[in-house]
Amino acid sequence: MGTTLVAAFLASLVECVEALTVVLAVGSVRGWSSPLAGVAAALAVLAGLVAALGPALARIPLHLVQLVVGAMILLFGMRWLRKAILRAAGLIPLHDEQAAFAKNAAAMRDAGTGHVSGGPVSGGPDKLAFAAAFNIVMLEGTEVVFIVIALGAGGSGLLLAAALGALAALVAVAGLGFALHRPLARVPENTLKFVVGVLLSGFGTFWVGEGAGFAWPGPAAANPDLAIPCLMAAYLALALCLVPMCRGRARAATVEG
Amino acid sequence: MANWVRSIGRELLGLFVDDGSYAAAILVWVGLAVVALPRLGLGARWDGPVLFAGLAAILIQSVLRFARRSR
Repeated sequence: MGTTLVAAFLASLVECVEALTVVLAVGSVRGWSSPLAGVAAALAVLAGLVAALGPALARIPLHLVQLVVGAMILLFGMRWLRKAILRAAGLIPLHDEQAAFAKNAAAMRDAGTGHVSGGPVSGGPDKLAFAAAFNIVMLEGTEVVFIVIALGAGGSGLLLAAALGALAALVAVAGLGFALHRPLARVPENTLKFVVGVLLSGFGTFWVGEGAGFAWPGPAAANPDLAIPCLMAAYLALALCLVPMCRGRARAATVEG
Repeated sequence: MANWVRSIGRELLGLFVDDGSYAAAILVWVGLAVVALPRLGLGARWDGPVLFAGLAAILIQSVLRFARRSR
């Protein structure tokens, strides 16, 4: 349950930071009331989605949920892990929240007022600011909802742990954003993605195995849950080996070229 | 509204698929493993590790291929 909470917290943290960057860019250029209303509206829709989808999962046979959700988590986690390895090896650029903030702020400045009243930025509801904040929170929030539902689908009590992890991430990021009023550029996003990729790949492999009725060797034969940390450790070791290997391959390709 | 739903759909697909061949390889291996491993008679305890080994091989192949191609 603790691993589920941590995995949901870390994965949600990344998505919340990305949403915060855009909301801060919108709010700093066009005033705060409309973007905050957009955020609140999106959070209400997302809460409704979790309330509707969470209990629905409980009606599907557990092994089928584990198999399907496990495969989805594998796709999700291994995609993050691959990207994090390539970023750590310097083969693709790191995500830059400052650059994303500047780009979104410039787009908001260029987009005109968008006010219902056509008035100044500080007056009346601003449809554009509302829509921009609503969209980004819905987009990133949908990913968080998937993470919560996927991590919570493995057994009883896990949905609550995953939801608490995501909520903690939201509170932490919103609190920091409120205090700092600038994007959280110092959050080590690639390290987070690396860790979350490892955690989700481990969960995904385990759930696919559980859904398919596979057994695990060693102590995990008696207590299958022990396979989860073993799988995570194996993915971590593999990923840490792959970073220098990728650097070496890229250097060799450059020399040959 | 349609644009918004499309962008949500794109974002959701993007959650799972970045490199199409990588995602396809994962799905094909998962499908093969679920269907074939129990029939191979390796011993039930090895099914889980073999599932992991295949996934690890897909990850290794994908990142090293990307590294070789990048200059």
